[in-house]
Amino acid sequence: MLDAATPYVSTTNACKLCTPLGACIAFKGLEGCMPILHGSQGCATYMRRYIISHFREPVDIASSALGEDQAIYGGGPNLMQGIINVMDKYNPDIIGIASTCLTETIGDDVPMILSGFKKEFAHLKIPELIHVSTPSYSGTHMEGFHRAIRQTAIQMAEPDPLPHSKITVLPGFVSPWDVRHLKGVMRDFDIPGIILPDISETLEGTIQEDIEMVPSGGTSMQDLKSLGGSPACIELGNCIKNDLSTAGWLEKNLNVPAHRLGLPIGLRGMDAFMQTLSRISGKDMPREQMLERGRLVDAYVDAHKYLFGKKCLIYGEEDLVTGLVSFLAETGVQPVLAASGGRSGLMQKSIEQACDGMLPQTPSVLSGVDFYQIVEEAEKLEPDFILGNSKAYRIAAGKWDIPLIRVGFPVHDRMGAGRIRHAGYEGAYDLLMRIVNTLLEKRQEDADLGWGYM
Amino acid sequence: MQPGLLKDRQKQVYQKGTTPFDLDCNKGSLAGAVSQRACVFCGSRVVLYPIADALHLVHGPVGCAAYTWDIRGSLSSGPELYRLSFTTDLQEKDVIFGGEKKLYQALVELIERHDPRAAFVYSTCIVGLIGDDLAGVCKKVSREKDIPVIPVQSEGFKGNKRAGYQAACKAMFELVGSADTSDISPVAVNILGDFNLAGETWIIRDYYRRMGVEVVANITGDGRVDDIRRCHGASLNLVQCSGATVELARMMQEKYGIPYKQVSYFGMEDMARALYETADFFQDKDPGIAARTQEIVRRELQAIHPEVQKYRWDLEGRKAAIYVGGAFKAFSLIKCFRHLGMQVEIVGSQTGTKEEYQEMADMCHEGTIIVDDTNPSELARFIKEKDVDILVGGIKERPIAYKLGIGFCDHNHERKLALEGFEGMVNFAREVHSTVMSPVWNFVPRRAGGMTNHKNMED
Ligand code: SF4
Ligand code: SF4
Repeated sequence: MLDAATPYVSTTNACKLCTPLGACIAFKGLEGCMPILHGSQGCATYMRRYIISHFREPVDIASSALGEDQAIYGGGPNLMQGIINVMDKYNPDIIGIASTCLTETIGDDVPMILSGFKKEFAHLKIPELIHVSTPSYSGTHMEGFHRAIRQTAIQMAEPDPLPHSKITVLPGFVSPWDVRHLKGVMRDFDIPGIILPDISETLEGTIQEDIEMVPSGGTSMQDLKSLGGSPACIELGNCIKNDLSTAGWLEKNLNVPAHRLGLPIGLRGMDAFMQTLSRISGKDMPREQMLERGRLVDAYVDAHKYLFGKKCLIYGEEDLVTGLVSFLAETGVQPVLAASGGRSGLMQKSIEQACDGMLPQTPSVLSGVDFYQIVEEAEKLEPDFILGNSKAYRIAAGKWDIPLIRVGFPVHDRMGAGRIRHAGYEGAYDLLMRIVNTLLEKRQEDADLGWGYM
Repeated sequence: MQPGLLKDRQKQVYQKGTTPFDLDCNKGSLAGAVSQRACVFCGSRVVLYPIADALHLVHGPVGCAAYTWDIRGSLSSGPELYRLSFTTDLQEKDVIFGGEKKLYQALVELIERHDPRAAFVYSTCIVGLIGDDLAGVCKKVSREKDIPVIPVQSEGFKGNKRAGYQAACKAMFELVGSADTSDISPVAVNILGDFNLAGETWIIRDYYRRMGVEVVANITGDGRVDDIRRCHGASLNLVQCSGATVELARMMQEKYGIPYKQVSYFGMEDMARALYETADFFQDKDPGIAARTQEIVRRELQAIHPEVQKYRWDLEGRKAAIYVGGAFKAFSLIKCFRHLGMQVEIVGSQTGTKEEYQEMADMCHEGTIIVDDTNPSELARFIKEKDVDILVGGIKERPIAYKLGIGFCDHNHERKLALEGFEGMVNFAREVHSTVMSPVWNFVPRRAGGMTNHKNMED
């Protein structure tokens, strides 16, 4: 495996984003939650711009807006004022506070500032304050995402919960459609659930009579408090290190049995999720899902000839990449390179497992890389198409003239990022059709006269 | 004075006619206010980024560089180096032990790989804290590699975007005056502060070409290091809008005695004025220039007039809100809307000065809301209060407009549509028309009287 020991000192076109961005997205999946970044104004604004252009939704993230003086004397007062102003304007139930490089480096003690705040403003109705430490010089946005979820559980879950029947599902960083779909599947099963975080409505909203300053939807406060009473927790993502795993924490501290699986992308990925749900609930897979599964297998067969041996380059978050490799391996596509800016150390093994018995060879796996290294490596591999976010567009279109099929985050140059389907049998079906049709279209266009019938 | 505003923001909002003009501005954003502003680094990056054949290295953790990777619409007619995002991606150990060594190695590596004409090295918040000697490293590499390697002191927390503009101007000024100017025409200008979004600089350059004016350097749009090095050979600096580069013009005036004019290329009025003022300036050196310029303006106006008129027919009486980065752009937009028969009810900027806001107030009618450094909740409130039909702003403002069921026009750095020049006015009119007149607003609950509100449909 090519890894950590990167051959270059500089980073060119990073294949990752910074930790607080992931934390903000996680916080956006809690009901009534408003994120505050403790740092200078620029970070919050840049991240907002970035997230807004993907989801095309209002994404308000406050900043404690530190200036030069605060950078020297500490940002406590600004953070306090920020919280007061956010309470005033947004009236949130929860405020999610993530640190930034700046405040980590000056060594602001956020828990202490917050306890001081609670004392000083004891007469006010203070929302829940969740804080997470997210310096960007260690880790990527995915660490920020998982760390925020874990801290949410740690700080919100009641230590002595009443048992209940809701199964906790931690879907990972997938699209709002994916989250909606997983919720639908559980409904089909007739299994009540807690989804954490639940961005299905908060990051893909409707237009209402008035703008909602804090969008509705998200994991409810009650659910957060009762996490420990859940009969089981299913955490989706192969590349979550133990010290970032929320399921692991819940199991160890509140005795919630943990089930850790990969993202439910492709047939086997979704099967594993289904089986886990079945096992936990003692219920059979619902007929509706059986039918979807059957249609997916049927489509695999219909499409197989056009996909066999086609070479694909995949990049993005480690878990997404692993899920996509697993899916492609089922279709006969040969993933030639799986790359990520992340560096959990778990991707190589997960990918080997996903390809085992499906493909003659596993793809090369690159972790902790940037696009310069991805391109350098892929050059020798001559992929037929690319699966990834918008960031490789110029390479795909300019250099290699091969299609880029957009998945994951960010997708800045197409509409509908909220409904990109990755998860479940339906998600796999959708991905399969997008891939096969893109390849057919390319073949048709490249043929001298094309054809009008297949 | 304005109920519902955060206490500490009350003085940054002014409604014309209520009281004598008074507005607070140019101060740090309020904590927790969800300002639409970025940081010093952002200001520098905006200005320097379109210098296409330079290497732009962001010294800091990954975010600052990742979020500014190729997000703007600045085009280049040649090199594409500027579209890559380089960073030292500082890690924990660099933060503890200092990042100078990494910076040095990264610079050397990148210069060897890309062979740029110059390199700009941006400092970010962290670098300001850990105290890396940016200037020292740049000097060393510059000597070793024999190209200009210029530090940009743009620590994010040390002020706002304006401070970033100044840092950028200082950086560019280091290049100015370092190449031969002997073959430059006496009728020559520099274009400053235009970023060649969607090829706008090319439109402007073409007008000047037809007037017989040489453009030595379009410094910040489709920019080239070698052009900037000899741009002190021009007789006049034309500084567009926002004031981002006015500092550079001032420095050039002081050192090289080159006068400057502030112009705007948005809207027919300001566009024509920019050309006429330039013609006036060169009247002595080239007596034919006035007539040529008149001819160009006449022709261009003739070409666009019918179409603009067509849109005006539909748009007459509609209402608009403007929230943009710089105040100068707002002035032009107010005039553009006037040409479309529309009234501006809300106007604001991220970085305006007191004088600029005063001028804004003078241009507007009674009741217009003028606002500095606003935020989503305020903006939403004003939009509803004034019931406007369109908001002009950037990507961050777009969802606010759409969720309230009104049109939106992107007038920021991300846009892919040329809005400058005479043809830009047509594009603008078409864009405004296509959003304001769309039938989709009929289905938006706020406008449809709740008819299509799913809440109502349920009961
Ligand atoms: S300073 Fe850190 S948190 Fe802020 S944008 Fe840069 S990397 Fe992200
Ligand atoms: S870290 Fe500083 S320089 Fe970088 S985006 Fe944040 S405020 Fe701007």
